[in-house]
Amino acid sequence: MRSSQGLLQLIGKVSYKRTILHNFKFINIAYNSQRRNYASEAETTAEIHKKVPTKVFNYTYDTYPHLKRNPNFKELSPSDIKFFQSILSSNEIIIDNGNNQDDLLPYNIDWMKKYRGKSRLVAKPKTTEQIAKLVKYCNENKLAIVPQGGNTGLVGGGVPLFDEIIISTNNLNKIRDFDHISGTLVCDAGCILEVLDNYLAERGYMVPLDLGAKGSCHIGGNVATNAGGLRLLRYGSLHGNVLGLEVVLPDGTILENLSTLRKDNTGYDLKQLFIGSEGTLGIITGVSILTPRRPKSVNVAVFCLNSFQNVQEAFNISKGELAEILSAFEFWDINALRMVKHHLFQGTNLPLEDKYPFYVLVETSGSNKEHNEEKLHNFMEILMTKGVVEDGVVAQDNTQIQNLWLMREGIPEAGSKSGSVYKYDLSIPLPVFYNIVEDMGNRLKDAGIFGKDKPVTDVFGYGHVGDGNIHLNIVAKSYSPEITKLIEPYVYEWTAKYKGSVSAEHGLGLMKADCIGYSKSQKMISIMKQIKQTIDPNGIMNPYKFIL
Amino acid sequence: MSNLKILVGCKRVIDFTVKVRVNAQKTAVETANVKHSLNPFDEIAIEEAIRLKEKLGGDVVKEIIAVTCGPSKSQEQLRTALAMGADRAIHVEVSDESYPKLQPLGVAKLLKAIVEKEKPNLVILGKQAIDDDASQTGQMLAGLLNWPQATFASKIDINGESLKVTREVDGGLETIGSKLPSVITTDLRLNEPRFATLPNIMKARKKPLTKFTPQDLNVDITPRLETISVTDPPTRKGGGKVDSVDDLISKLKSAGAL
Repeated sequence: MRSSQGLLQLIGKVSYKRTILHNFKFINIAYNSQRRNYASEAETTAEIHKKVPTKVFNYTYDTYPHLKRNPNFKELSPSDIKFFQSILSSNEIIIDNGNNQDDLLPYNIDWMKKYRGKSRLVAKPKTTEQIAKLVKYCNENKLAIVPQGGNTGLVGGGVPLFDEIIISTNNLNKIRDFDHISGTLVCDAGCILEVLDNYLAERGYMVPLDLGAKGSCHIGGNVATNAGGLRLLRYGSLHGNVLGLEVVLPDGTILENLSTLRKDNTGYDLKQLFIGSEGTLGIITGVSILTPRRPKSVNVAVFCLNSFQNVQEAFNISKGELAEILSAFEFWDINALRMVKHHLFQGTNLPLEDKYPFYVLVETSGSNKEHNEEKLHNFMEILMTKGVVEDGVVAQDNTQIQNLWLMREGIPEAGSKSGSVYKYDLSIPLPVFYNIVEDMGNRLKDAGIFGKDKPVTDVFGYGHVGDGNIHLNIVAKSYSPEITKLIEPYVYEWTAKYKGSVSAEHGLGLMKADCIGYSKSQKMISIMKQIKQTIDPNGIMNPYKFIL
Repeated sequence: MSNLKILVGCKRVIDFTVKVRVNAQKTAVETANVKHSLNPFDEIAIEEAIRLKEKLGGDVVKEIIAVTCGPSKSQEQLRTALAMGADRAIHVEVSDESYPKLQPLGVAKLLKAIVEKEKPNLVILGKQAIDDDASQTGQMLAGLLNWPQATFASKIDINGESLKVTREVDGGLETIGSKLPSVITTDLRLNEPRFATLPNIMKARKKPLTKFTPQDLNVDITPRLETISVTDPPTRKGGGKVDSVDDLISKLKSAGAL
């Protein structure tokens, strides 16, 4: 390393070592900066968008002209602004003054730049009480609201469609309490997932969910959308891990139920209604969540397989051989791998050859290193001797673990670098799991729009085999109604035919607001509408979305 | 040279992604229940040995021997080296009690004894281990053996008995020529180590691993240096946010920066 002595004297030994090693593992840097692209400390979204050269993004209502503003909602008036200013300090509010569109844009547009609204006011309160006052006022004045967390959603649920007021949880980010014995964490809704995880890491615990956007997504948003992610297989969904919530209801009431009890069979479990309600029933302001101990020993292996049949077989064997230490079972196909290779592994070695149709990442987490490694080795031996896998690699250190994960976690990023991505997040029974990718590819080929130099350049699948959840991605040169018409409603009908779900973990948002019928019966939908009517009679909470 | 035998050093160190903590007695860093890995520079050394074998062929590079001096758990790192492609491994077992006091001179003496036993004509070591950052073992070993040394290598060419090594030095690159036998220490940009593949991991479990103790080798590893204390670096003071440019300027002025 050049002038290492100078560096040593200059910045001290510890940072010196970091410098070397960060150079040394340059992939790792790429990996971290990848994450930081849509992930970092508070205000990230704003910072990222500021870096984006001012390009004109269409308003969602221009792209989809059939969407009409509800005339029952009031438009923002100077007196409304005055009221907001009486509740919020100057750095807790952004008001449209005619020439600060750049300040508003990060809140008005989603990170994929697919949905853009035209809100004129962003409120960033620091306390639940402020939110309660704001919401009460909005309800009395019929001003529509969009609750917004880290703005990392994929279905346009967290950004306005027209002029809804944005209430962001950016400043609501205090950790309230942590119990070292029970592992229950109580915190504000605007805490960033990764910040919470780092806080818990110092105490030997971890958050029970992990997803690509963890550097910017807020725990409140995770709960409001019932986010799934990479570790659902091991720790279960938020419906199980959330012990209590604090919610501001549309009339401004604070529904305080930040219980830390694991068992509580008294009455209807109201918190469950808000988990996955996508901000249509109120604003989650506080979360009480059960956190598991951080595993002492983590191993990651990636395998290459020749058929999806073998992927299922490997999953089956993993459940038997790895059992309680299995913490993730993820898959991707060769098209996804080639894209990741092209965008994220340039100038560096891909850990595996890109010549097999399927790849699987298996992660084990446990408390005893020797025990876990022995299990993993037995598992690998069975896979090899049975001929289920063709090849594979096992991470030897944490950097390799990160690089193997990058092959999986980097897929959405690589996808968005390749073009405009149509993303479908489906739950599909395992036996026909991968067929949707093949059927969709053939359908687009038959229509003559998929191939080299055609409007659609790539169709690939990846996702959580362990949870029966596939992400079908279609990369186009640009979003166009013609392509959309070929994909939808075909993809939803296909999913309904196999009794799958049209939204496994991304939610309905704006994108799938009219699609719930593919996965839920009319009777169920009508009860849902009654619930919405009861809790939010004026319909001010996140309108135009979720259930139409 | 048609009979090249390469000895490669493998040190078990705390994984570089782990945040190290000083122990309560302030005598060392905490190593219990902490993820350990192969020293990254040693990983580069092994990768280079394997690449030499792939490039020159098995007829020229007869054998790659991975060697470690450390406690019993160091065998994990030897298995990693074997899974990457080393042919066999030697473990000089140092007890858990005396290992924290093992110093570069002790390691160099142990390696010298192994060199005398195995008679390799090339020793490749990492330029330093990322735990103590001593960067001494390779140089001391060359001195003890009275062999030429090429440290901080970023490129290695072997042609018959002659060796050409490019080194990264302040201000640029230096290319030096030498003869085998020789000691080389590896720098960061020499290569990018491979991942251990599944079939090779399986094979590695069956590759031979020989064990010695310092007594077997007649080496005295008594420490020559004493660690007086280990302390954390001073913690960084947090920054603050300012509300306006005026505020910033007044803060800068009061700090004497303007």
